[in-house]
Amino acid sequence: MKIHEYQAKEILRKHKVPTPKGKVAFTHEEAGKIADELGGGLCVVKAQIHAGGRGKGGGVKLARNTAEAVEHARSILGMQLVTHQTGPEGQKVRKIIVEEGLDIQQELYLGVTLDRASECPAVIASMEGGVEIETVAANNPEAIKKVLASPTLGLSPFKARQLAFELGLEGKTAIRFSSFVTALFAAYMANDCSLAEINPLVITKGGDIIALDAKMTFDDNALYRHPHLAELRDLDEEEPLETEASKSDLSYIKLDGTVGCMVNGAGLAMATMDIIKLAGSNPANFLDVGGAANEENVANAFRILTSDPNVKAVLINIFGGIVRCDRVAAGVIKALETVKVNMPVIVRLEGTNAVEASRMLEESSLEFIVARGMKDAAEKAVAALSA
Amino acid sequence: MSILIDNTTRLVVQGITGGEGTFHTKKMVEYGTKVVAGVTPGKGGQTHEGIPVFNTVQEAVRETGANASAIFVPPPFAADAILEAVDAGLPLVITITEGIPALDEVKVKAALNASSTRMIGPNCPGVITPGQCKIGIMPGEIHMPGSIGLISRSGTLTYEAVGQLTALDLGQSTCIGIGGDPIPGSNFVDLLELFEADDDTEAVVLIGEIGGTAEEEAAAFIKENMSKPVAAFIAGQTAPPGKRMGHAGAIIAGGKGTAAEKIRALEDAGIATARSPADIGITMQAALKK
Repeated sequence: MKIHEYQAKEILRKHKVPTPKGKVAFTHEEAGKIADELGGGLCVVKAQIHAGGRGKGGGVKLARNTAEAVEHARSILGMQLVTHQTGPEGQKVRKIIVEEGLDIQQELYLGVTLDRASECPAVIASMEGGVEIETVAANNPEAIKKVLASPTLGLSPFKARQLAFELGLEGKTAIRFSSFVTALFAAYMANDCSLAEINPLVITKGGDIIALDAKMTFDDNALYRHPHLAELRDLDEEEPLETEASKSDLSYIKLDGTVGCMVNGAGLAMATMDIIKLAGSNPANFLDVGGAANEENVANAFRILTSDPNVKAVLINIFGGIVRCDRVAAGVIKALETVKVNMPVIVRLEGTNAVEASRMLEESSLEFIVARGMKDAAEKAVAALSA
Repeated sequence: MSILIDNTTRLVVQGITGGEGTFHTKKMVEYGTKVVAGVTPGKGGQTHEGIPVFNTVQEAVRETGANASAIFVPPPFAADAILEAVDAGLPLVITITEGIPALDEVKVKAALNASSTRMIGPNCPGVITPGQCKIGIMPGEIHMPGSIGLISRSGTLTYEAVGQLTALDLGQSTCIGIGGDPIPGSNFVDLLELFEADDDTEAVVLIGEIGGTAEEEAAAFIKENMSKPVAAFIAGQTAPPGKRMGHAGAIIAGGKGTAAEKIRALEDAGIATARSPADIGITMQAALKK
């Protein structure tokens, strides 16, 4: 689960991680008030959207005084901010942060993430702040320093110091940096984060160490034990069909192709997307109907798929193990009594009672295209697009 | 011979009295698995589907000689259930549960590493040695005893592969679902080692997907250590970056973990890699003929 920068900073403050003075604003009037509270001098106005690259997209502006802050707020609020992470339509900006300007000496990168190969959380840092870590990893990997946390002991303070000195930091700065790392790590663990990234981490001319930006994402599997975090979800930032799908407990991700797919199982769903591409078209989505694949789930899935204007054909690929294919076929037929689907529906059912299921589909009054095998299903789906 | 489980395996089902536990215990018993015990704290002394229920794993092991566990416990309690099985000294634990928090898995893995317990999963369909023993939720009928080993991160995609192998008369020695989570109990390398040493396995099918570096590690291991043919398929060639594709571990993060990288690593190691999921069976068949 993703949250906004301002929400991440609120969480960090609770864990004593230093952040700039600032507040979220939803109107340019609010922005003006905050700018005044900050002293009426230098401040920064930043668009709050989940996607990165806001600065380059024109969503981050420096203001010399309150009047300029209000002007920037007016222009940023409501704008359709396009970044390399939003897609060409961009994302509408509904809120901003107004923050004190910092006297920046240096910008670093600091992040806590799960190191799967090492089977534990890792703290990663580099002196190249303000650049995407993937770029640094590609161009200058020696600049990236890493320490691993122990699953049982957490991150010992000496490890945080090790990181500081490996980066080349010295004296009081190194000590302050290591305290920052310890606090950030505590925030990561306490909130079951997937990622806690500070880019840039600023060392000010006065020697303070402050999170200029903050990005926190949370492990969806752990949200059940953090109800206050689940409240931070921003539906405006989500793809509407994905939000809709989550209400019916369907695992759905919108893509931009024309063949909608409905599959049971995530691996098989990915493989179905892949084989559609191999057959010459593009998948409109990832959708895992899960173990049940019953009439209700199938009907909800059809609703989601047909709400996507790009979808011109639907491919159903179900491997029934415990789930009986004849039950799935009955569910599909029943679902299409309630949901109008005016496009080709290609069905491939394999496994328990598959033969019976295919017969039911062939004999129904609805015109299913029954396929045998994944290759046949994908080829029939692509052919149906031009029929 | 197969690996991990066979007709001598004695299974305890943790979470036996729950909905999933009940249903799949019945199915496993039907298949011929020796289910000797169940554990549901507080329901010790009862009999469920003909199987004695105990309050603790320790008691179940002591009273029945169980030597493997299947875990059908909901996510908030699953890590604890695994630790209990480890503490009871069980050599094999198969965790079916999907939805365990990643940081719980980190702690569990550390405990496993310090023990003699091997875990398969979490978030997996289980393990089956066709004709002998099934621990999990896979449909037994699509499997056929034979000499092809299979290791997969997926569930239904595994069944797809098994279906293709069976149709080509390529029976399976043991099929293992290692699961879709970021920190699984066992990874490809752990099991490839066992297959290489198993006299009854002549080749291995490896099914991977986006996210992490398990397939790359497998490729390096296979190049150095395996004499038996391996065929592979990687799901997610069309997956977009940054999105979790159903499985908690199926995510291209920071540009890393793409299907293309994994396919490249496997092919560089000389492993036959199917481009289409429909070609998993024939790719293994061709690799066997070499």
